[in-house]
Amino acid sequence: MEIPYTVSPRPDTGIHNGKLGIWLFLASEVMLFGALFSTYILLRTSAIDWPLGSDNLNVPLGTFNTLILIISSVTMVMAWASLMMKDFNKYKLYMGLTIFLGILFLVVKIAFEYAPKFAHHHYPSTNTFFGIYFVLTGLHALHVLGGILVNGYFWGPGSKMWKKAPQQFINRIEIAGLYWHFVDLVWIFLFPTLYLL
Amino acid sequence: MALMRWQLAYPEQPIPWKVFALVPMLVGVVVFFIGRRKGPYLSMAGFIFIGIGLLIWYFVLGETRMPEGVMLPEFYNSLGAMHGTIMVFLGIVPLSVGAFGNYVLPLQIGAPDMAFPKLNMASYWVFLLGGIMMLSSFFLPGGAAQSGWTSYAPLAVISPGQTVWLISMICIITSSLLGAVNFITTIIQLRTKGMTWMRLPFFVWAQLVTSFLLLLAFPPLEAAAVLQLMDRLASTSFFMPSGLVVSGQVLTEYTGGGSPLLWQHLFWFLAHPEVYVLILPAMGIVAEVIANNSRKPLWGYNSLVYATVFLGFMSFIVWAHHMFLTGMGATMATFFQTTTMIISIPSIIILTALFISLWGGSIRFNTPMLFALAFLPMFGIGGLTGLPLGLAPSDIHLHDTYYVIGHFHYVVAPGTIFALLAGIYYWFPKMTGKLLNEKLGKVHFWGSFVFMNGVFSPMFIQGFAGISRRLWDGGTTYLHAQPYLYLNEMISVSAWLLGIFQIPFVINLVWTLAKGKKVGDNVWEATTLEWSAAPSPPVPHGNFKSEPEVYHPAYEYSLKSNGRDYTPQNEPLKG
Amino acid sequence: MENTDVQEVKRHIRVYLYTFSALAVLTVVTVAAASLNVAVGTGIFIAMVIATVKGTLVAGNFMHLFSEKKLVYLVLIITVFLFFVMLCIILSTINDQVLSVS
Repeated sequence: MEIPYTVSPRPDTGIHNGKLGIWLFLASEVMLFGALFSTYILLRTSAIDWPLGSDNLNVPLGTFNTLILIISSVTMVMAWASLMMKDFNKYKLYMGLTIFLGILFLVVKIAFEYAPKFAHHHYPSTNTFFGIYFVLTGLHALHVLGGILVNGYFWGPGSKMWKKAPQQFINRIEIAGLYWHFVDLVWIFLFPTLYLL
Repeated sequence: MALMRWQLAYPEQPIPWKVFALVPMLVGVVVFFIGRRKGPYLSMAGFIFIGIGLLIWYFVLGETRMPEGVMLPEFYNSLGAMHGTIMVFLGIVPLSVGAFGNYVLPLQIGAPDMAFPKLNMASYWVFLLGGIMMLSSFFLPGGAAQSGWTSYAPLAVISPGQTVWLISMICIITSSLLGAVNFITTIIQLRTKGMTWMRLPFFVWAQLVTSFLLLLAFPPLEAAAVLQLMDRLASTSFFMPSGLVVSGQVLTEYTGGGSPLLWQHLFWFLAHPEVYVLILPAMGIVAEVIANNSRKPLWGYNSLVYATVFLGFMSFIVWAHHMFLTGMGATMATFFQTTTMIISIPSIIILTALFISLWGGSIRFNTPMLFALAFLPMFGIGGLTGLPLGLAPSDIHLHDTYYVIGHFHYVVAPGTIFALLAGIYYWFPKMTGKLLNEKLGKVHFWGSFVFMNGVFSPMFIQGFAGISRRLWDGGTTYLHAQPYLYLNEMISVSAWLLGIFQIPFVINLVWTLAKGKKVGDNVWEATTLEWSAAPSPPVPHGNFKSEPEVYHPAYEYSLKSNGRDYTPQNEPLKG
Repeated sequence: MENTDVQEVKRHIRVYLYTFSALAVLTVVTVAAASLNVAVGTGIFIAMVIATVKGTLVAGNFMHLFSEKKLVYLVLIITVFLFFVMLCIILSTINDQVLSVS
């Protein structure tokens, strides 16, 4: 017997298995980043003094990175839309753009934000501000990396599924998109919290 | 544990470690070979860990742990921390959720498989990786973690062995998260035709709520583990307060500004729901076995379901009753006390419904039923003894004493473990097509029952006397403990006898697998789909020969006079 | 069936592009708002409101939450509720401490 509802939605819930699965996973991620946000709030409210984000972090670069991620979210959803309109080449273009923008985000972060910090002897151990900054952005960056790898797989070897099982492939891209948008969403909260406040 | 009990019984005397080493290793090897031939990897991994958890020191014996055979306090603390960690995260959860959940759940809802088979396998391998790492920590230079399974900062940040513990926990937590996603999706999406929510066996409801607890409560601990890892490896100060003095010297590598309390909050935010993760699948198993062996529907099925869901929600807002002694103000103490008292209500509803289910039943006292019946009073004692702990004023005296150890072991050991044993005896014929020997089963049961109580009931007395937990010498240095130290030896002897009475069980498993005779597909004459619609063992891919359809609620026993005292869920309605 | 799908998608694409413009504008706004001379509390409030609006746009349009099924809403509502429970209770408990712990 085949596992039902892997591609077509189940009538009473209205969704297919993968979609429920990814939303459940994203719920757990909300709790993960939520715990770290709570840590940030707690450490900051109980601190004697706390540095201003803009004093220690590069706001223009942070803004640039924010826009990069937002654009990549658009290209990601356009990749899915292209598949819905059966345009595989457009899909490849948009997915490729998404991956490129993700890599750009990481390059800016690591080469132009982290590296200068370390050069100036600002490490996670310097104070709790830097500690929570590195953990929050570092964990986020790891999630970006994970997304890049998954998207890369779907751009490359995984895209063969388009020929054999197009609807299932569209579902997978939608699910990958949901993850990618979530990563963007976390950054939308991280950026003002760390950089601007 | 056996080692620890010897230490507590006879502190400062050399321990006959050779005996302790060889017996469980033998058992572990036997169990492993059994597991290789049959499906449920996780049940075997669980058993192996429980076995190995006792005695890997055979390899680590050395001057740093037991010079001249006398146990050092640090090693005792390691054993304590690892015993807790291994039993909870590598023993009970894999057995009750990973093994029973994965095996029984799809069968009970009429599904051909779990929703995401590859994710399931990923979840297993990450668990195994985490488990092996956790056990390997005994062999590392600093030894295994020694700050309790609770790993409170700042002690845990500066103690040896903790780094591997943290990394292993991250793996184990990830495994549980992936598993939870799988379970919830499977239950919601893959119920077969006619399997409405209120026709689900109670075991499935228990697994659903358990999975939600795992999904939403584990991530904060994962975050906290990352933070503690950063504290250890990158000298951050998330949990390190300013100006901490250790052994008379101020710690200079930490800038301070952190909050040890934050660790406790994040830890217990998970660890309280975790204890409901430990008990809910067990209650599910007991419900199945009781309904089946009393030949009656479960009493109050609807209340059971609502109580379980309510319990799940409440479990998220009681956690700081583990922290009453941290200087908590009266307002929050009142809050947590109140929520803790409220959460006892659904537990009582569940226990009562299970008790009442027996009334007027035609009870079959087979081995699974004996364990399930014993679960009821044992869990009752565990739950009742929790009440003084949930109330702040009494908790002030009982916190961190042996009373707490007695309480939680009653819930988990003669509670959950008995339920798991009931499940093994009950579902063994499903997995293998063979019935375990009843005589050996009864010997196993009675020995376990008597000696479980022998181990854990004296602990309440010791706790009232004020003997603290986690003392490597069992309290010998304290004046107020002197009149009650004799109980240590009694507890230890009970513990070893308890261990010996597990041998008939292992023999039973091996012998039945090798030589047992085959029984029919539905040997217990049960109504639920895993018995009535699937062969024993189930079809390897797909579970069922054809897709079952459900027409009846889950426990239609003795309701129709059609020559049988049960109506399987998938039996079509007559014309 | 297929044609309506294509029309649907084209309509969605317009929504995506509007959403993107809104997000870009709001990003600039949030950076500009940071340079306002307001009290810390007000600053945090403004930043979080803007972030929440942006987040809602991403979740609602890109993640299709505005047209999603009830089941997904239920999962998310439970999760967000739990997050606030965790945050508020931890903060209240630590602020209610009788003894000061760092």
